[in-house]
Amino acid sequence: MLRFVSIRLLSIVATLFAASFLIFAISQLLPGDVAQMVLGQNATPEALAQLRLKMGLDQPWLARYLAWLGGVLRGDLGESLMAPGVMVSQQLALNARASLVLAGAATVFVIPLALLFGCLAGLNQDNHIDRLISIMSIFAISLPEFVSATFLIIIFSLKLGLFPSASLIDTSASIIGQFRSLVLPVFTLSLVLSGYVARMTRASVIETNGQPYIRAAVLKGLSRRRVIVSHVLRNALLPTVTVIAMNIGWLVGGLVVVETVFSYPGLGSLLMTGIIQRDVPLIQGAALVIVAGYMVFNLLADIIYRLLNPRLRGG
Amino acid sequence: MGHLAATIREWFSRLCDSKAGLAGLAILAAWLLVALVGYFWTPYDPLAFDVASRFQAPGPDHWLGTDKFGRDVLSRIMSGAAYVLLLALSGALIALTLGTAIGLSAGYRGGLTDEILMRAMDVLMSFPSLLLAILVLGTLGAGFLNVVLVVGIVFCPRVARVVRGTVMEVKPCEFVDAARLRGETDIAIMLREILPNILGPLGVEFSVRFAYAIFLSASLGFLGLGVQPPTPDWGLMINENRGFIVVAPWTVVFPGLAISSLVIGVNLLADAFRQLASGEV
Repeated sequence: MLRFVSIRLLSIVATLFAASFLIFAISQLLPGDVAQMVLGQNATPEALAQLRLKMGLDQPWLARYLAWLGGVLRGDLGESLMAPGVMVSQQLALNARASLVLAGAATVFVIPLALLFGCLAGLNQDNHIDRLISIMSIFAISLPEFVSATFLIIIFSLKLGLFPSASLIDTSASIIGQFRSLVLPVFTLSLVLSGYVARMTRASVIETNGQPYIRAAVLKGLSRRRVIVSHVLRNALLPTVTVIAMNIGWLVGGLVVVETVFSYPGLGSLLMTGIIQRDVPLIQGAALVIVAGYMVFNLLADIIYRLLNPRLRGG
Repeated sequence: MGHLAATIREWFSRLCDSKAGLAGLAILAAWLLVALVGYFWTPYDPLAFDVASRFQAPGPDHWLGTDKFGRDVLSRIMSGAAYVLLLALSGALIALTLGTAIGLSAGYRGGLTDEILMRAMDVLMSFPSLLLAILVLGTLGAGFLNVVLVVGIVFCPRVARVVRGTVMEVKPCEFVDAARLRGETDIAIMLREILPNILGPLGVEFSVRFAYAIFLSASLGFLGLGVQPPTPDWGLMINENRGFIVVAPWTVVFPGLAISSLVIGVNLLADAFRQLASGEV
């Protein structure tokens, strides 16, 4: 286990280096003169030259990459271009916490629900319950987040007035108020993921159900409930962990859209702000943090999978 | 080629046995028809402003209402269908072509080629797909061609992985050895011996990527990074009219229904393909 974790950690570090290079290279494709963009059209040539010097724009880009990377390793992601004086790392830390709350709430909400529906469908293969759940999950995975968010806002905040349609977190609001503003974003974010998890759980339950050892358990006279709980579900839920891990990437992508729709102050909306304002340090920092978080969560899921699977525990 | 046609015919006849697959095929065919009609004819000009009749509710004049510039929503959905389908189809095709080329070489050659190609794919896959697309389009600039390229690049590592896995299963077969002993070149073996034997998984992969591509390009359109106004892209339509959701909900509901129904159709079709392919093994 220790060996597995350390090898995976090493490969994550290597991949992160490559990813940081790719992020930097992509951000260099931004057209136009950054100094001109920051100072505006009326800037004097002296001021422009001074800013270029300060930002290191006179250096070759490889040198700038290394300087940026050095900063990243020290936890310094530079200053925001559009909000001078604001450190990108501070802004990121603040928004990362908000995104974690959103993604965490969605995960906690999705997993039990999706597992339940998936198992129900799998155990009732091809009858009405299965059909209904299967159709529902196709719908869930086919609705892009911005579409489901729009529908949910129309129904729950415009027609019924139950939940607010924007969730600018207001720390002065009561706990219940803050919770209410989270309901719609969490539900939107959960929809696609729960569809995938339910489908995979169903497939996995059906596959396990057909295994010889299940027939053996039935033939030796175990009650249906015993067979299902301690043989079918136990084995069927394993692959589901992988599916959940694989779909964390989906959750991260969904975050950008959901945060934009609900004006939620997370990493995704920060990245979009950076892109709209062409704030290069902000774009680079946000992208790097999102990629790093994505990889760490994938590793966590791999570790959980190994812990759950006795065949891999020793390796 | 005769083999390919026979396979497609057989798949089609078996597809018609599955209700869900048939439903998916019907939905996709319906949207293809709408796209074709919308390309040549729409009830109103999808781009023409008509400020006098802005925000009209669905009625006999405008079946699906009008938007903030008085443009007919039905006409815009109809003429947008061609963009949406063309964008997703070409994106998925690029992903499939690139991914197949990379997966074939990696799986067949093995060794260092495999290592280098697949590590590069790993780096691309370390980005959540939407994030990579946003980064590239946000810096390179949006637009039809860029979106198609980005969709292709974002999805090609996932195709490459599947193709590589299937190639590794086919590679030890005797007919591959026979071809090698006949002295055929690597490229000939890859294209003539291996490729025809992985068409099943490729078909499944294409249908799955097609669904994802619609989803991704619609999300990009919504974020303002897809095709640019005044193109009647469905995601963009929702973005443009989102602020008027209270006065004119139809301006966002109908494009939303259009996207969802198309993705549902393609997903149903992809499911049916997957079942067909797994039944073959």
